[in-house]
Amino acid sequence: MNLTLKIWRQAGPQAKGSMETYQVTDISEDMSFLEMLDVLNEDLTERGEEPVAFDSDCREGICGMCGLMISGHAHGPEVTTTCQLHMRSFRDGETITIEPWRADAFPVIKDLVVDRSSFDRIIQAGGFISANTGAAPEAHSVPVPKPLADRAFESAACIGCGACVAACPNASGMLFMGAKITHLGSLPQGQPERWARVQNMVATHDAEGFGGCTNIGECSAACPKEIPLDVISTLNSDLRKSRSQRH
Amino acid sequence: MTDLIQGLYSEGEKIADTKAPAGPIDKKWTQRKFDAKLVNPANRRKLDVIVVGTGLAGGAGAATLGEAGYNVKAFCYQDSPRRAHSIAAQGGINAAKNYKGDGDSIHRLFYDTVKGGDYRSRETNVYRLAEVSADIIDQCVAQGVPFAREYGGLLDNRSFGGVQVSRTFYARGQTGQQLLIGAYQALERQIAAGTVEMFTRHEMLEVIVVDGKARGIIARDMVTGEIETHLADAVVLASGGYGNVFFLSTNAMGCNVTAAWRAHRKGAYFGNPCYTQIHPTCIPQHGDKQSKLTLMSESLRNDGRIWVPKRAEDCDKDPRQIPEEDRDYYLERIYPSFGNLVPRDIASRQAKNMCDEGRGVGPAVVELQEDGSEREVRRGVYLDFAEAISRMGKDAVSAKYGNLFDMYERITGDNPYETPMRIYPAVHYTMGGLWVDYDLQSSIPGLFVTGEANFSDHGANRLGASALMQGLADGYFVMPNTIRNYLADGPFDKLDESHPAVQEARQSVESRVERFLTMGGTRSADSYHKELGRIMWEYCGMERTEEGLKKAIGMIRDLREDFWTNLRVPGQGRELNQSLEKAGRVADFLELGELMCIDALHRRESCGGHFRAESQTEDGEALRHDDEFAYVAAWEFAGDGDGRMSAPVLHKEDLVYEFIELKQRSYK
Repeated sequence: MNLTLKIWRQAGPQAKGSMETYQVTDISEDMSFLEMLDVLNEDLTERGEEPVAFDSDCREGICGMCGLMISGHAHGPEVTTTCQLHMRSFRDGETITIEPWRADAFPVIKDLVVDRSSFDRIIQAGGFISANTGAAPEAHSVPVPKPLADRAFESAACIGCGACVAACPNASGMLFMGAKITHLGSLPQGQPERWARVQNMVATHDAEGFGGCTNIGECSAACPKEIPLDVISTLNSDLRKSRSQRH
Repeated sequence: MTDLIQGLYSEGEKIADTKAPAGPIDKKWTQRKFDAKLVNPANRRKLDVIVVGTGLAGGAGAATLGEAGYNVKAFCYQDSPRRAHSIAAQGGINAAKNYKGDGDSIHRLFYDTVKGGDYRSRETNVYRLAEVSADIIDQCVAQGVPFAREYGGLLDNRSFGGVQVSRTFYARGQTGQQLLIGAYQALERQIAAGTVEMFTRHEMLEVIVVDGKARGIIARDMVTGEIETHLADAVVLASGGYGNVFFLSTNAMGCNVTAAWRAHRKGAYFGNPCYTQIHPTCIPQHGDKQSKLTLMSESLRNDGRIWVPKRAEDCDKDPRQIPEEDRDYYLERIYPSFGNLVPRDIASRQAKNMCDEGRGVGPAVVELQEDGSEREVRRGVYLDFAEAISRMGKDAVSAKYGNLFDMYERITGDNPYETPMRIYPAVHYTMGGLWVDYDLQSSIPGLFVTGEANFSDHGANRLGASALMQGLADGYFVMPNTIRNYLADGPFDKLDESHPAVQEARQSVESRVERFLTMGGTRSADSYHKELGRIMWEYCGMERTEEGLKKAIGMIRDLREDFWTNLRVPGQGRELNQSLEKAGRVADFLELGELMCIDALHRRESCGGHFRAESQTEDGEALRHDDEFAYVAAWEFAGDGDGRMSAPVLHKEDLVYEFIELKQRSYK
C-alpha cells in the first residue's frame, strides 16, 4: 500500500518543530508500523536527508520504549503498543499523522523522542518495597491469597510507556501511578510502606507537572496493557486513608 | 605461542586456574564467600563502581552494591533502566525449591544444566548457580514480584524444556518483565537514596585500562552527543548478549556487543563466541523488511504439539483438513521420552531438518544456498493446540497461554484457537561472552562481567528459564560477594582525566565518531547490518560446515572493508543521532562475526547449539569429541592495523568433570 505521512520534526529540545509530509510506497500489510517508519528512514538516508528519530527497543510490546500519537490516538487505532501495531490496520492511500507524546512532564528531545524520566522519579519516591538483597524470608513463609496476587499482577502489567499521559486531556499520570500503588498495596509485603508510598508518589507526580484526574477514562482506553481505571480509585482511597495513618 | 593454524589463529598458553576453591562442590561457594576479603562499611563509600547495563544482572547488581554502600554509577542506553531486554523473557525462572516434591534438588538442577549445556560448561560455576537459585525466589517475592500462585496462596510451578521436574516459577507470560521491574524498583530506591547515580541514554564506547586494571569507561550521552569520561575502582559489564550480529533475532533493536567488544579489544578474552542459541518457538519471518523476530515462550511446548505433514504435497493444505494419520509429530516420534519437551537446540534443528526435507509450512522465502544459488523454502512447522483445547477446555488454555495467543494473532492476523500456529527457530541467546573466572572477573583485573554478557554457565546450550536465573544470581548474589575481594585492596591510586591512558581511550572514541560522520559514503549502517546478518545466518547459524565458515570469513572481511569506505552517517555528533549509534554497533558486529566464524571453524565437533555437519551421529544428533574439545575457547584480541584484525590467540581452559560423568546426551 502507499501512504502519506505527516510527521512532527523538531531538531532539538529548544527548537521550534513543525509537521512535514512524506510519502511511503509499497508497504506490506504484514509490516509493523515501526518497520514502515524504518522503510521511510532508509529512504531518507539514501537521499541524504536526516531520518526521523523515534524510540523503540524490544519491538514485541513489552519494554514500553516506543510510543507515538498516530492520527490522534496514543499507539494508534488498536489497543496495543506502537511496535505491535501492524499496517493491516490502515487503508491504502490513507494519510497518517505521527506526533510525539504531548505533556509538560514529557518534554520533546528530538522529532518523536520524548523524555519520560519523570516516571522514574515517581518510582524513586516510593514505588518499591524496601527489601535489601539477602534479607528476604523464605518465599512460602507468607502465602498470598490468589485474588490479591491476581490483582497485583494485573496492575503490575504496566509497561511505563506513557500512553495514559498522552491520551489524558489533563496529561495526568494517575493511571501509571495507580497501577504501582495497587500492585504493591495488594500484597502483604507491600503493607509496611503503604501509606508513605502513596503520599510521596503523589507529591512527586504533582511536582513533575502532571495534571489531575477528572475521571474521563481516556488513559485506560489507550493503555496497551489494559490497566483498569479502578487503580485510580485504589490510589485515591489509599491517599485518603493515609492521611489518618501514623507512619 | 604456536604458528598460525589454518591461516586464521594461533594458540597461546592454557588457562590453568579458574580460581575456584578446592574441596567438595557443595562447599566451594561457602568457602569462597568466607575467603573473599571484606570491605568495612565505612570504606565502601570511598569506592566507586561502574555498572554498564541495567537488565537483570546489571540492575540487580547495581542495586545490591548500592545497598551495601558503594558509590555506584549505572549506565543504560535506553531512556529508563526498566526497558532492558530481560523484560521480554516470558516463560519463567528456575529454582531448586522442590516445592512440587518431585525429586528436585540443587544437585539435580546442577546436573540438568550441565547436561543441557552438552557438557561444555564449568562445573563449579553451574553448581553455584543452582545453589543460589532458591534465594532468588525469596528475594523476588520479598520485593513484591507477583509470581503465579495456587488457590492456597503458595507459589505455582511449571515444567520446561530439557528437564523432568517442575521447577519453573512464572508470572503468566511476563516473568522477565516482573523480575526486571523488581530489580528496577530496587535500583530506583538506591538512586533515591543517593548510592547509585543513573545515566540513562548513555552508551559505553570504551573501557579505560590503567596499569593493567579496569579503571573506568568512556561513554556518549546519546541526547547531547557529549563524550564523557567516568572513572572508578572497578567496572562491571552487564551489557547482555550479541544475538543481533544476525540482524534478525529476538533481541531488542538496541542490543549490541559494543561494550563487550571494546573490552575484548582492550584485553578481555572472549569465551566460546560461536555458542548461540536458536530458539525453536518463534513467529516465522514475514518479509525482507522485517526488523526483528518475535519469540513465544517455549512453555507452549508443554501443551502444544509440533508437527508437519508427512507428505510434501500436503504442505499447501489447510492444516485442519489434514487427518491425523497424515501428520508427522516428529519430536514425539524421534524422542519418545521427552517428546515436545526436548532441549531447544534439538527442537530447533529438527524443525530445520523438516523444512529442508521440503515438509515446512507457510509462505516460502527465498534463501541463499551454500553454492551461492537461491531457492524457495517454506520455513515453518505447526504448533497445534487442538488436542489441548479438547483436553483442558478453551478457558484453561486461555488462562495459561492467553497473552501468547493474543500476541501471535496480533502479529500474524491468524487465530491460534482455531488454526495451528506456525513457528520457526530464531536466534535468541548467546551462551558465549566475555571469559570470566569463578569470581566473574574477566582477564582484565577489575573488570567483572555478569549475565548474558559473560560465557560462564550455560555451556553450548542454555536450558529454558535459566537466563533469568543466571542474570539474577550474578547480580544479586555472586558478583557483589566476589567483587569485594577485589575492592578490598582499594581505593586505588587517584586517577586524573589527564592520565595518558584515559586520554588515549577518549581520543580513540572521538576519532572513531568523527570518522563515521565524515566518511561520506552511500550506504546506511542498517544495510551493512542486514548483509552481515544474512552471512551469519547462512553459514554460522543452525548448521555449520568447514567450507561455509571459510567462505563466510572472506565475505565478512570484504563487507567490513566496504563498510569503512562506503558508510553514510547523516547528522551531527553533538545531538541525538540514531544513525551514528547504529554505525558504531555495526562496526563492532562486523569484527565479532569474524571471530564467531573462526571459533565455529576451529571447533570440529558438534555440541549443543553448535552443530557442525561433519560431526554427527548416525541419527543426525550432535556428536561431541570430548578427547579433543572438552575445553572453553577463550580468544585473545591480537591487535589490528588498517582495519584488519590480526589473527586472534586461542587460550584453552580445560573442562574437568569431577562430579558429573560425561555422556553423549540422549533425550530419546
